[in-house]
Amino acid sequence: MDLRAEGVSRRYFRQGKGRNFFFAVQETDLTLPAGNLIEITGRSGSGKSTLLNMLAGLLEPTTGRVLLDGTDLYALDDGKRSILRNRSIGVIPQGQTGLHSLTVLENVKLPSLMYDRQPCSDERAEALLERVGIAHLRDVYPNELSGGEMRRLAIARALVMDPGVLLADEPTGDLDDENTHAVLSLLRQCADGGKAVLLVTHEREAAQYAHAVYTMSGGILTAADQG
Amino acid sequence: MRFARLLSLKNMKRKPARTAALVLLAAFLSLSIFGGSLVITSLQNGLRSYEARLGADIVAVPYQARAKGTFESILLQGIPGMFYMDEQYYEKIKTIDGVERAAPQFYLASTSSGCCSVAVQIIGFDPEQDFTVQPWIRDSYADTLGDGDIVVGSDLTIPKNGTLTFYNTQCRIVAQLDKTGTGLDTAVYTNMNTIKQMMKNAESLGFSYFADVDPDHAVSSVMIKVADGYDVSEVTGDINVHVRHIEAEQTTSMISGIADGLSNVSRIVGGLTVMIWVLAIVILVIAFAMISHERAKEFAILRVMGASQRMVSRLLLTESALISLIGATLGVALAALILVPFSGAISTALDLPYLMPEVGAIVALAAGALALSVLAGSLTAAVSAYRISKKEAGLILREGA
Repeated sequence: MDLRAEGVSRRYFRQGKGRNFFFAVQETDLTLPAGNLIEITGRSGSGKSTLLNMLAGLLEPTTGRVLLDGTDLYALDDGKRSILRNRSIGVIPQGQTGLHSLTVLENVKLPSLMYDRQPCSDERAEALLERVGIAHLRDVYPNELSGGEMRRLAIARALVMDPGVLLADEPTGDLDDENTHAVLSLLRQCADGGKAVLLVTHEREAAQYAHAVYTMSGGILTAADQG
Repeated sequence: MRFARLLSLKNMKRKPARTAALVLLAAFLSLSIFGGSLVITSLQNGLRSYEARLGADIVAVPYQARAKGTFESILLQGIPGMFYMDEQYYEKIKTIDGVERAAPQFYLASTSSGCCSVAVQIIGFDPEQDFTVQPWIRDSYADTLGDGDIVVGSDLTIPKNGTLTFYNTQCRIVAQLDKTGTGLDTAVYTNMNTIKQMMKNAESLGFSYFADVDPDHAVSSVMIKVADGYDVSEVTGDINVHVRHIEAEQTTSMISGIADGLSNVSRIVGGLTVMIWVLAIVILVIAFAMISHERAKEFAILRVMGASQRMVSRLLLTESALISLIGATLGVALAALILVPFSGAISTALDLPYLMPEVGAIVALAAGALALSVLAGSLTAAVSAYRISKKEAGLILREGA
């Protein structure tokens, strides 16, 4: 499954006098081919997360389009786009993203309860937790998890629908070295397994796991390196 | 839908303080609307029942009984009382132009001493003349009351042997009347022969209520029906002009006093209900707005997982509907627990005829209150749900990250 951005940009309006808008992302083209891990690096506020959210169908671009295997995400209405995201795009957002009223296992299973008549089995959810190394925490609530454990939970949840595309926004943000390498390895395994993976990160070590590296600065994306 | 229900229930369970506070507000909504409407309906029923039981256009009583309010005390509060006038007044009333029918009644109060089973108001009527009591008795008892027969009000407990004794006169209970919500629910009805026998027995037992009265030539009140084509107020005026020492009053004016009282109580109850509703709805709107703001990140995460805007709105609406349903059910149950068993105490406190509606009507009122409260609770969340549905998840994540 390929995800492609064609000329996408995003403009935000500021309150105040004078020039009251700015482009968080300038017109950008980017392709995430299946079986590849693409890394985007850059400073905070450079537009990385905005681009990722546009690719995820969560933020409508000001210009351009996002194509998932040829389907223009933003030509679909919200309901259809949401179903497509649920089934085909796994997103690992920034920060603490566990739902506090659900246990770790319930959090992982949640995407499968949205549209599917047959939700994901406990065994599959447990296998994913095993894969990210937090199977022993299945009945724990997110407020009892460390930052690293929370991030692993988000990864397991993003994988539960077995999506063709995986978009990870700073997945190693506050992890120690050991956890950072574990998470990056996992993402690489996903790419090797055929998924199109986008990794937005500050992490220098991430480059060694990527097939291609881009740098974002002032909303402009440039190819930086080839893995 | 399963997703919204599951997540709503989990959210409610994991945030017990928040859930309890919202449930309490919803309970206030339903308690006030159900309680208020039940009280007002009971008062309206009581008024209708009172009007129907009076059954006459004009009631004439001795002047003193009217001045002291004894007659109203008997009718409204069930306080046993006695007053008498000479039979000649009844005869005079019958001669007034426009009086179609006039039926005397004779009142006797039993005592709590050994000669009487229970202290109640006994009302004697003349079966030949009566047109106000017998239509009601016929609902429960088809035959004419014989000597020694009595019909009792709904609030009196019938002994196992089916008899009650008043001034050593043992009487057979032949029927029990339906509830009226007035003082008449504790009254006992019998014919003139029986009540006059009781009166004589009372005299021989040493009760001196009747020192100045010849029981054979006394009546307590006269119920009057005005002939068609005559103006009731004019006939009432004629009676008061031509028959001295008595006070005739239109039953509509007796009822208007009660109707005024009912209207005052209704205004207070209605005003309180409106106040509670405005306050609770404002608090609920603010609470849901705060909750949805606090949960903006949570909703954005759901969007990340693939929930549509509609799904997220539905989640908030389901949660508010469930909370409102639980709260409204509790409110209705609490109102029923307070108002149904204590209707007697409420009636006494209000000092107005108070007749609870039938079970079916109470259930209908409860269902209406429940539906209205759930709807109001859900609508308060709808504003927040709409706002959430309009905000892009990417923006929330960007702001909240």
